[in-house]
Parts: sequence; structure tokens; C-alpha cells
Amino acid sequence: MFADYGQILVFMLFAIAFVAIAFFVALFLAPKKPSYSKESTYECGEDTEGETWVRFNVRYYVVALIFIIFDVEVVFLFPWAVVFKELGLFAFVEMAVFLIILILGFVYVLAKGDLQWDKPQPVIPELKRQIFKVDSN
Amino acid sequence: MPDINTILFYIFAFLIVSFSFIVVFAKNIIYSAVSLFVTLFGTAALYILLRADFLAITQVMVYIGGILILLIFGIMMTTRITDSEIKTTNLSSVPAVFVSAGVFVILIIVLLTTKWNINPPVENDVTVNRIGNLLLTTYLLPFEIASVVLLIALMGAAMYARKK
Amino acid sequence: MIFIFSNMVSLDYFLTLSIILFSIGVIGVLIRRNAIIIFMSIELMLNSVNLSLISFSSFMGDSQGQILVFFVMAVAAAEAAVGLAIIIALFRNKETINIDEINILKW
Repeated sequence: MFADYGQILVFMLFAIAFVAIAFFVALFLAPKKPSYSKESTYECGEDTEGETWVRFNVRYYVVALIFIIFDVEVVFLFPWAVVFKELGLFAFVEMAVFLIILILGFVYVLAKGDLQWDKPQPVIPELKRQIFKVDSN
Repeated sequence: MPDINTILFYIFAFLIVSFSFIVVFAKNIIYSAVSLFVTLFGTAALYILLRADFLAITQVMVYIGGILILLIFGIMMTTRITDSEIKTTNLSSVPAVFVSAGVFVILIIVLLTTKWNINPPVENDVTVNRIGNLLLTTYLLPFEIASVVLLIALMGAAMYARKK
Repeated sequence: MIFIFSNMVSLDYFLTLSIILFSIGVIGVLIRRNAIIIFMSIELMLNSVNLSLISFSSFMGDSQGQILVFFVMAVAAAEAAVGLAIIIALFRNKETINIDEINILKW
């Protein structure tokens, strides 16, 4: 069985070697004539604006949070699925309780509106003072 | 000629230790995150050497696929727009090195003076089977409580992250 | 290509590696001032403890230690979620994650 993991190791070594050799060959073979337009971020001519390190909105964090919780749930599902046939209904009830408890958390997040993406209200310019008097008739 | 396991152990141990040094001492926080990836992956490889293959996969899924992603999310959300570099500062490191060396020496002394209870390894093919059986019978209560822990963590963290 | 496991790599090897990792994590917690890097160092220490647990379980020939590590990983995920939420909440209030500047509670 551990020979299978040896195959994974060999596969990874080949993957690393493939990328390394590709870089190495490109380093020697590719002509190097850098120019301004080649080194710009978007070669189509669009200039970048602002910093690369923008701060992301905190609302994405809740999505990541739900992801990690249900990621752990999947990890719990694996050993359950392997022994499910031996244990039968008992295991089914156990996992149902487990899942219901976790789904409660998801319902909580949904009910509190953490996943709601409130769109920014567009500011419509409003004319406060009328410059020209409008005839009403 | 050393055993293939010994060679693999040394390779992964070297990877883990050197990249964990980068995690701690890198100036750029993104380098730290990427080095943490290599460290966690090397540890997963060592788990396979220790014949805990299911835990190796759990490590890859939970740590690399989950916690590391969450960490990178955290980095992206706590970078100031105003300063372009995300470098970090250090304290003076002399007392810290002393404390760490103290911990190291104490643990090494414990390692050398303890008589470990080593049994011959159980020949087993799949660890998932046994883990599943134990999880659903002997460790049923911790299993259900783990779901409660995850639920509370989800609710609490969502509450923290919510805009007030 | 057969990797036959033999006991050439003894328990001491794994425990020494675990101790080294733990010490590096301690250094990281003590000298870095960025809350997220401190968090990463704590993950390193947790990882080293997991490694030593698994090596004990493997060399004792008892698989119940693996269950323990399994639960440790589940709780570590919960801990990471809450810890990063706290860091984000701190950042929202103080606009910094440098823990030297977060000192309101300091007397």
C-alpha cells in the first residue's frame, strides 16, 4: 500500500522537474530584448492603476469561514462512508445528527444575513438649486 | 547504504525545518504563507512514513486546503491600502532565542531520559477503516461534540466578522 | 518500486524533528510582532505536536492516537476560524495587526 504513495512521490518529483526544466530551458533559449511595453503588466496597452495590494472586503471572510467548516465536515464524512455498510442504520443516524448540527450553523449565518451582498447605493446627483426658473404652465 | 525510509525522512525533515525557518524569519508575509505550505506538506509526507495515511490526507485537506486558505484571506483583508509593502518588524531577538533554546534543551533532555514504550508495529493495510470504526463506536461522543465545536466556531467567527 | 517500511527510522528521529519544529515556533511567537505570523508560528507548534503524537501512536502499534490527532485537526480548523476573525475584528478597530500597537488593555 505504501508503494502507492511512492507513486505519488515520483509523480510530484516529475512535476517539479518538468517545471524546473521548462524554466531552465527558457532561460537559455529565449531571446532577451526587454522593452517598456513588454514589461508592462498588461501587454495590450492598458496601464495599471493603484496598488496591487488592495484590501479585500471582510464579507469574503464569512464565505471562507463556511468553506473551512464544511471542509472539516467532508473530512469527517470519509471514514464514515468507509464503514457505513458495516454499521448500517446506526451510523446513518449518527451522521445525520452531525450534519444537522452543522447545517444549523449555516442556517444561522444565512438568517443573520452575513451572506447578503448589499450593493452600494448609487449616488444620484440631485439639483438643489434651480438656476433657471421653470415655467409651470 | 541507508534505508529508503531513512533517506526520505532526512529529505522531508530538511524541507520542513528549512521552510519553517522561512516562515518565522521571512520579511514578506506572503513568503511566510507559502513556506508554511511546504512545511505542512512535508509533515503530511512524514505522516505517510509513519503509516498514518488517512491523517496525511486530512492534513492536506484541513491544513493546506482550509487553514492556509483562511490565513491568506486574513492577510489579504488586513493589509493597509496606504503602505504598499507588507513587511513586518521584529523585537530584539536575544531573549527569545534564549527562551527557545531553553525549551529545546528541556525537551531534548526529556527525550533522552525517557524510556519509550515501543511495540512492534501492527501490520495494517488501510487506516481509514479502523478510524471510521473507532470514530462511530468508541469515540461517538467526541465525534458529535466536534460538530458542536465547529458550529460554535462558525457562529462566533461570523459574529466577530460582522460589521456592527 | 517497493518502499518496504522497516524500523530503521526510529522514534527518536521523529521526536527530535518535532522538538526542532516546536522551538522554531516558539521563536516565531516571541520575536515577530505581526499577529498573522504569530498565528502561523502557533500552527507550526501545533503541527509538531501532531507529528509527535502520530509517531507515538505508530511506534506503540496503537491506532487510537490517530483519532486524537484527527480531533486535534478538527479543533485546529475551528481555532483558525475564530482566531483570524479576532485578528480581522482587531484590524477593523485599530487599523493595525502589529501586536505592539494593540495595547489598550496594557496597564
